Amino acid sequence: MAYTIAEKILLAHCGQKTIKPGEFIQADVDVALANDITAPLAISEFKKTGFKRVFNKNKVVLVPDHFAPAKDLRSANQCRVLADFAREQGIKNYFEVGRMGIEHALLPEQGIVLPGDLVIGADSHTCTYGALGAYGTGVGSTDMARAYIDGKCWLKVPASIKFIYKGKLGKWVGGKDLILYTIGKIGVDGASYKVMEFCGPVIDKLGMDDRFTMSNMAIEAGARAGLIAPDAITRKFVAGFKRKPKFYHSDPDAVYEKTYEWDLTKLEPLVACPHLPSNVKPASSLKNIKVDQVVIGSCTNGRISDLRVAAKILKGKKAAPGVKLIVFPATQKIYLEAVKEGLAEIFVKAGGVFSTPTCGPCLGGHMGILAEGEVAIATTNRNFLGRMGSPKSFVYLSGPAVAAASAVTGKITHPDKIS
Amino acid sequence: MIIRGKVHKFGDDINTDDIIAAKYLVSTDAKELGRHCMETIDPKFSQAVSPGDIIVAGNNFGCGSSREHAPLAIKGSGISAVIAKNFAAIFFRNAINIGLPFLESPDVDKINSGDIIEIDLAAGLIRNITQGQDYKTEAFPEFLRDIVEEGGLINYIKKRAEK
Repeated sequence: MAYTIAEKILLAHCGQKTIKPGEFIQADVDVALANDITAPLAISEFKKTGFKRVFNKNKVVLVPDHFAPAKDLRSANQCRVLADFAREQGIKNYFEVGRMGIEHALLPEQGIVLPGDLVIGADSHTCTYGALGAYGTGVGSTDMARAYIDGKCWLKVPASIKFIYKGKLGKWVGGKDLILYTIGKIGVDGASYKVMEFCGPVIDKLGMDDRFTMSNMAIEAGARAGLIAPDAITRKFVAGFKRKPKFYHSDPDAVYEKTYEWDLTKLEPLVACPHLPSNVKPASSLKNIKVDQVVIGSCTNGRISDLRVAAKILKGKKAAPGVKLIVFPATQKIYLEAVKEGLAEIFVKAGGVFSTPTCGPCLGGHMGILAEGEVAIATTNRNFLGRMGSPKSFVYLSGPAVAAASAVTGKITHPDKIS
Repeated sequence: MIIRGKVHKFGDDINTDDIIAAKYLVSTDAKELGRHCMETIDPKFSQAVSPGDIIVAGNNFGCGSSREHAPLAIKGSGISAVIAKNFAAIFFRNAINIGLPFLESPDVDKINSGDIIEIDLAAGLIRNITQGQDYKTEAFPEFLRDIVEEGGLINYIKKRAEK
């Protein structure tokens, strides 16, 4: 039988001889990830069951990243639950503040997720790992509690949709623009319950960081996973990690529910306008949209190449008066790279904040809440009503180039206007 | 199981930030979360809900985050069930796993806010008492019905572990 990458990974984890879309399977997971919002609920559910030990302490990962460093007493208590559980269970993949990073940047960086893995995460952006050719999918806290018991997860095998990207990408166009374009075309439920498989000559040339950005936002089209076939770029990224990766590729005659094919040679940097990630417009078409805050970072765009793009535009420039520029690298390793490369200095000299890794601003948690009437442009993943603070605030989503250019002018700006 | 209640109507793409804003995710208590349910889009929602009431919404209900606090907040607000044209995948599994009854129906446009409706989950039947109409919909697959009927995923797993 012919299978897609997604089907091959699920098949390899469910102990069955065959698999087909629509079928319910009980799959063995390689990694069970949770954070300071979702783990406390999972841990309390797990404890209620009477089971004493997690199924495999090496497969459980706990990252306090959302409200950490703890933003208030109640967040501190939630983070504490993770630390205590990690100690009690002997979980080594627990990342304390100072070693912590935003989970979906941290796990690939640390070699905790590898190609071919089946990863469940009590966080919707677990689909990020698709960029490695791993099946990462978001689940809830009860799913996590169940995985703690027997290492399994119930899944309905999704059908796959293929996205072929052709052409040559223009200057300032990156992974964020590709995925915003895609979501703009198919809508926020355009891949609901499906797997998105990204391929084509554009993807073949796309660096790992941009691939992570694309897979990260598959959930914003409702997808269960966003997969990219592993290639030389993937192999280079995972070379040197202890555990062995498994490289799966879709069979030539694998069945897709739908195929989209786009030539993106003329694609311009894009912006998703309030209040849906599908409300996508070219940055150049947005005139006189004043911004109060610019946020560069997150599990979507907080990697080193994102920071390099932003720094290239901000070098020797200042954030416009009244604009709060907040840059937050996704992990400590990226933070240190940004310091060594002089990027941190560029951001600080531009009048920006250079923050410790945290999910804080993206979900209106802390480190940059929007007041009533305020407008932000952010390299994050969601612009839902009230997402970053007041229900009367406005979030625009873009890649790091548009965000950095907008910081300089104080309004949404095409990067060509700056450099 | 028959559920009866008054309808609170919502539109398409009701996301998990609408259902429960991130600032309230410092609690896992359903009652506390319930007091802030739908606050961003309807600040008076939790006061307007009488125990047993039903949410009826459009496409893609529960899109966005994986926070199980969303179905918990709905339960905690006193809502007994959710009907939507369709649900986002993670919300769907969270609702199953915590045993929040829900149904998918193409007929939600015919239902108005304030209508009294009755839901028969096993039969996949929605009865609009106010309008005197019945809407037939698909019942859940057996595997999912088992989880809901056993009171959620943890009970389901425990039962099988004991066998």
